[in-house]
Amino acid sequence: MLEFPRWKYVVILLVVVLSTLYALPNIYPQDPSVQITANRGAAIDDALQQKIEATLSKEGIATKSIEIDNGNMLVRLPGLDEQTRAADTLRPALGDSYVVALNLASTVPSWLDALRARPMLLGLDLQGGVHFLLQVDQKAALEKRFEAYAEDVRVALRDARVGYESVERQGSNGVIRATLGEGVDANAAVAAIAKAMPTMQLSTDRNILTIAVPEAEVNQIVTGAIEQNVGTLRNRINELGVAEPIIQRQGADRVVVELPGVQDTAQAKRIIGATATLEYRAVIEGNAYDAVASGSVPPDARVYYRKELGPDGKPMPILLSKRVIATGEQLVDAKYQPDPQSGTPAVSVTLNGPGGQRMFDFTSQNVGKPMAVVYIERLQEVKEVDGKEVRSTRTTEQVINVATIQGVFGKNFQTTGLESPQFAQDLALQLRAGSLAAPMDFVEERVVGPSLGKDNVERGTRAVLYSFLFALAFFLIYYRMFGILTCVALLLNLLIVIAVMSLFGATMTLPGFAGLALSVGMSVDANVLINERIREELRAGMPAKTAIATGYDRASGTIFDSNMTALLAGVALYAFGTGPLKGFAITMIVGILASLYTAVEVSRGLATLIYARRKKLKTIAI
Amino acid sequence: MKLFPLHLIPAAPNVNFMRLRWISISVALLLAVAASAAMGIKGFNYALDFTGGTLVEMHFDHAADVDHVREQLATAGYEGAQVQTYGSGSDLLVRLQNESGQDNVAASSAAAKAVLAAVNSTANPAHITRSEFVGPQVGKDLARNAVWALLFVIIGFLIYIAFRFEWKFAIAAILTTLHDVLIVAGFFAFTGREFDLTVLAGLLSVMGFSINDTIVVFDRVRENFRNLRVEPVELLNRSINQTLSRTIITSFVAFLSALALYLYGGGSLEGMALSQMMGIVIGTISSIFIACPLLTIGALKVSKQDLMPKAKDLEALARRP
Repeated sequence: MLEFPRWKYVVILLVVVLSTLYALPNIYPQDPSVQITANRGAAIDDALQQKIEATLSKEGIATKSIEIDNGNMLVRLPGLDEQTRAADTLRPALGDSYVVALNLASTVPSWLDALRARPMLLGLDLQGGVHFLLQVDQKAALEKRFEAYAEDVRVALRDARVGYESVERQGSNGVIRATLGEGVDANAAVAAIAKAMPTMQLSTDRNILTIAVPEAEVNQIVTGAIEQNVGTLRNRINELGVAEPIIQRQGADRVVVELPGVQDTAQAKRIIGATATLEYRAVIEGNAYDAVASGSVPPDARVYYRKELGPDGKPMPILLSKRVIATGEQLVDAKYQPDPQSGTPAVSVTLNGPGGQRMFDFTSQNVGKPMAVVYIERLQEVKEVDGKEVRSTRTTEQVINVATIQGVFGKNFQTTGLESPQFAQDLALQLRAGSLAAPMDFVEERVVGPSLGKDNVERGTRAVLYSFLFALAFFLIYYRMFGILTCVALLLNLLIVIAVMSLFGATMTLPGFAGLALSVGMSVDANVLINERIREELRAGMPAKTAIATGYDRASGTIFDSNMTALLAGVALYAFGTGPLKGFAITMIVGILASLYTAVEVSRGLATLIYARRKKLKTIAI
Repeated sequence: MKLFPLHLIPAAPNVNFMRLRWISISVALLLAVAASAAMGIKGFNYALDFTGGTLVEMHFDHAADVDHVREQLATAGYEGAQVQTYGSGSDLLVRLQNESGQDNVAASSAAAKAVLAAVNSTANPAHITRSEFVGPQVGKDLARNAVWALLFVIIGFLIYIAFRFEWKFAIAAILTTLHDVLIVAGFFAFTGREFDLTVLAGLLSVMGFSINDTIVVFDRVRENFRNLRVEPVELLNRSINQTLSRTIITSFVAFLSALALYLYGGGSLEGMALSQMMGIVIGTISSIFIACPLLTIGALKVSKQDLMPKAKDLEALARRP
């Protein structure tokens, strides 16, 4: 009657061993540390180690150890204050060639590391840091790509020697209209475009050619834009030097950026949010003042304004070609470098293949003519209109530099004459980190101080501890022997949850602690159901052993039904919750699943172990 | 009388809960109406998560005087600032609503610094432990997601219970759960306690807990319908009594763990713990006094046939001409 197969004991033992092993890393405290990564060819070696040691000891900052770890230099420090001071000291001392980032270094012994046992990741609310939520402007991404398609159409028509009056995109719905010249064969145009851009949907109406971007491609542009933005952000944040940043897509059009350990939001925001990019455009000759006054701008030109002020005290207008020669996206590298001739701040630029080719094509025909650099930046604005908030973005386009093309060049060239070394440095950094496929706006910002994070860990641990103590104390008194079984089951439950969360790299948050405490409440339920059922069977006059077996059997069905519904609530929270709430949902889900196992299997195994061999079992302590 | 086994309630209780069913359902209805009224008239005191705005949490070296801080902020130009203590007396929360032209991250950080400058003094120095800015769009999306989550849970419960039990049980369980959530939510509206994301999570876990309690009782009802030959009302009453000790013990222990969370979890988990404690108490009461009585009313009236295997019905149908 009261039996439990031997192989199930083996499984239980295995679960206990594995859970202990994988939960173990969490008891090793993490060292506050400073991580130093080499930038562009700089070396991580003993010389650097000595330099760091000397710098820190001069400032009187004690260190725990300085070591090379995975090609990075890791300086372990005794406390958070020393960590901040060390980072502040090392940053200027090491200069531009190294990135200095705050980190928490693990102290887990190497044999556990070898088993891939790691401590749980701590969320920002437990670690301190900055959280940003960015909204991607999809419309702008689409417009930008449609403009590029229009340019491709122009190139295709020109290459096929088909004369056209204009090629313009129609709004932002992916339709491009090409007006062909008089007496031009529309079929030739269709053939040329169909060859160059085979996926487009084409239709003609006399001399007007309509080119539609297919739906699938539009969707692809949108997804691609967000992915490119995430990639770009990753590059930019690497430049910024943050140890373990999280950059994730959230929902259809949002990106979450979490920077643990960062406290100064200003610089982070300037680098993340900068949507500045450069465009190289040809200067169209003509009197820009006349064009502005009369409104008759040449068809292939647009009016831009220069940074320099004209005689009337306003920015000088200038006519630039509608065609872009190269953009920030085609950029491979950009470095700050004072111009060797004039000594003014300059950025030396390297383009990719296609960009270099176009630059070469353009410059080889236009030596001695001027070329302009347009600096495009987006600013967020919010106005109140009729009591409603209207969010809008203003794009400022400024011609920062007009230079005469000195000679034919392709991939490598310099933009000189920038206003200050700081401006040139920032510009180089933004260019290097890539440009965003679509502009982004900050819609949320949270900063958690490191001391608050530490407090939160303490509070959370204490809350979980006490919720366990309360439950354990109650069960020990109320159910005696079966109370001990329940306590063992509850503790194993906690161990399993921690092990699973650590193993899968789930992030622990403050609500996650609440989830742990709550899962105690949920998992006692299964145990109570069983114990009460056994008592009931005993009252009904069943012999002790049969009562235990029947109690477990009958309660199992109930436990399954009641836990499945609670699980549903957890899944809903996970699916629709964000950030810290996901942590709560995960602990709840894992907790419920673990309690199913510990209450039904483990405690039954233990009960069998204790009672099955007793031949004349009259009473049981329940 | 023997000391062991210990009992919180008599071993084999026999309380006639069903006799009270009209009273208990009326009380439940009244409470639900009152809760709806509280939500309708007073509305929720939505936290930053939903409304958007700027929040600054500051830690002072000594306990700070809230009124004094409010005055200092008013002189600095932040007249509409909400100030409240948070956790201990030396932690303060300052909340600024979005104002036009101030609704972006840059302005928000500037505001946080200005708030600190306004309240900082050499006598009682303060520093910022946390600052948050939430745009209005984010809050709207959160609210929409919350509604989706609620719908998902309700429909999930309905399908699951209808599948494992019967549709009458499903409806009764959902009504009971909604009643519990409504009352807890109504409490938050009535007292004007802050309604933030963690409270929302608390409400959803209340749903999980309340349905759990109800299911355990229904599970016994189902078992008894199959094994006993008694009147439905008597059978329902017996089922409640049989599961009573389990219901109360489980709730008692779960309440203790939520209490630990309330006492030791710190300010940001207080709302969540409170919603859970309330939810546990109300969920327990409703699983005893509301869930089963619902099964005796009108269209929800259950009978033995509802829970018998369906094969017979199909055979009966097949025999018909």
